Amino acid sequence: MTATTTSPALDQALLYPSPLKEFWQAFAHNKGAVAGLGFMLLIIFCALFAPWAAPHNPSEQFRDFLLTPPVWLEGGQAQFLLGTDELGRDLLSRLMHGARLSLLIGLSSVLMSLIPGILLGLTAGFFPRLLGPSIMRLMDVMLALPSLLLAVAIVAILGPGLINTVIAIAVVSLPSYVRLTRAAVMGELDRDYVTASRLAGAGLLRLMFVTVLPNCMAPLIVQATLSFSSAILDAAALGFLGLGVQPPTPEWGTMLASARDYIERAWWVVSLPGLTILLSVLAINLMGDGLRDALDPKLKNAV
Amino acid sequence: MLSFIARRLGLLIPTFFGVTLLTFALIRMIPGDPVEVMMGERRVDPVMHAQAMERLGLNKPLYAQYLDYIGNLAQGDLGESLRTRTSVWDEFLTLFPATLELSLAALLFAGSLGLVAGVVAALKRGSMFDHGVMGISLAGYSMPIFWWGLLLIMFFSVWLGWTPVSGRIDLLYDIPPVTGFMLIDSLLSGEEGAFVDALRHLILPAIVLGTIPLAVIARMTRSAMLEVLGEDYVRTARAKGLSPARVVFIHGLRNALIPVLTVFGLQVGTLLAGAVLTETIFSWPGIGKWLIESIGARDYPVVQNGILLIACLVIMVNFVVDILYGLANPRIRHQR
Repeated sequence: MTATTTSPALDQALLYPSPLKEFWQAFAHNKGAVAGLGFMLLIIFCALFAPWAAPHNPSEQFRDFLLTPPVWLEGGQAQFLLGTDELGRDLLSRLMHGARLSLLIGLSSVLMSLIPGILLGLTAGFFPRLLGPSIMRLMDVMLALPSLLLAVAIVAILGPGLINTVIAIAVVSLPSYVRLTRAAVMGELDRDYVTASRLAGAGLLRLMFVTVLPNCMAPLIVQATLSFSSAILDAAALGFLGLGVQPPTPEWGTMLASARDYIERAWWVVSLPGLTILLSVLAINLMGDGLRDALDPKLKNAV
Repeated sequence: MLSFIARRLGLLIPTFFGVTLLTFALIRMIPGDPVEVMMGERRVDPVMHAQAMERLGLNKPLYAQYLDYIGNLAQGDLGESLRTRTSVWDEFLTLFPATLELSLAALLFAGSLGLVAGVVAALKRGSMFDHGVMGISLAGYSMPIFWWGLLLIMFFSVWLGWTPVSGRIDLLYDIPPVTGFMLIDSLLSGEEGAFVDALRHLILPAIVLGTIPLAVIARMTRSAMLEVLGEDYVRTARAKGLSPARVVFIHGLRNALIPVLTVFGLQVGTLLAGAVLTETIFSWPGIGKWLIESIGARDYPVVQNGILLIACLVIMVNFVVDILYGLANPRIRHQR
């Protein structure tokens, strides 16, 4: 290209791109991931501005408009864009408010399992003699139960509700963080830079959090995205089983559960909440794929 | 090989005790007084309360309670249901075949379709078909299956009227349970039309339950197949002039199946969790529905030991898959 340029610093093409820009280029290369990001931004917008952007109050019952079809169907009303449910509540407003709950559950359960997961994983990686194996056996036990069943069991004991749903989902996704962190830590511990840091007199905590942890973040970020989507799915499943957030709170799974009885008369009450769940989960999974390609090329072919 | 099996068995024992500890702890984490919770009433008479504590062994120290629990388990005593007063083990045995039948049908659906779709997608890499399979499988992987079940019921049962909405067989037929598998029992009963009816009841739940495994198997088969097709021995087989079918299925697929096998094993957990939702939607009388109903009725012995039984099932299946994996891939056996 411009090999004759005397001052290479002026040539942008020869500069090493900033990590952020490099990441964005790799991420934007994956069209599905960008589409997923777009949809998620829409959902986040709905969640943040639901009280102002939603056309109606989610629990206001329009008794004269029970089971009104969406606007594009015969009998649809312009004031209820996606129709109303069995109590005459506006579906669009309920879905928008439901986005708040789903994102809240997803975010808080990811945080509640990511932080203890990283701590346990680091501990297991740094103490491979006794503490490590015992932590890993404990995680094996938790993995022996299918995730939804363990969540169901936890909710059965603690009782249904928003906070217990978050706790159940956080406990269920803990083992994968612990395993992932431990595996990444074990891979890093033999590297020269860790030895160098040790020789320079770094303490245990510094080694753990400053030296090693930042280099293990890539798979953890990917896993956090994926468990965010399964948290939304599990929360909806719990809601559907009547064990999650309780009605009349507009949660997507709970909305589906109460819509079951109207399956013959009003397809929109059944279809739309489920479609919202599917699209959100799909969008997050697409983003996860893009993140994995951009952050962790080694995993590209793993399922 | 034997030492490999023994090593794996050795790992199983602590996991099993860990699970018993978990189910033991679960029941003791219920907020409130256990006797009041189990009797479903407040302010039980103090004398009766003490008797109940004595009978349930709840007045002993925790470690003694745990030892009692293990002792009962070792004698095959899983307690009895508070609702029906039948033993948890008997209830499990009568309901489990229904779940097993459903899961096997779902695995058959997912395995056959997933393998074919994965192999074809790998052979036609980059084609429309490949992109289609990958797109659909990503959607399948993200599917809320309880909604998927409702959609299928709405379409096939309500609008088209092709399949029944719920249950295992029409009430018209009186099928004596012999094997517990409705398909086999309906054939054995010799009643006309019973088999077809049982099959029509099975199709939708099996598709719903098989959707996520189908997506996973198709993706996994495709990537395993792509890897294998690039290997030297496949090129050699092609160079020898073997027919393409022989190269793909005998040289390619057989080796690609090894990672797919592990995925099959991992899907058992997904299937059992999915069974909870699928059985609830289709009123399928299996262990998933049993567990959810017991939770609703606060039938704690069933919840506790039902979860224990399911966990043991998953542990056992994973063990068998590990062994099969060791058989199929000798390199695994000699690690560490």
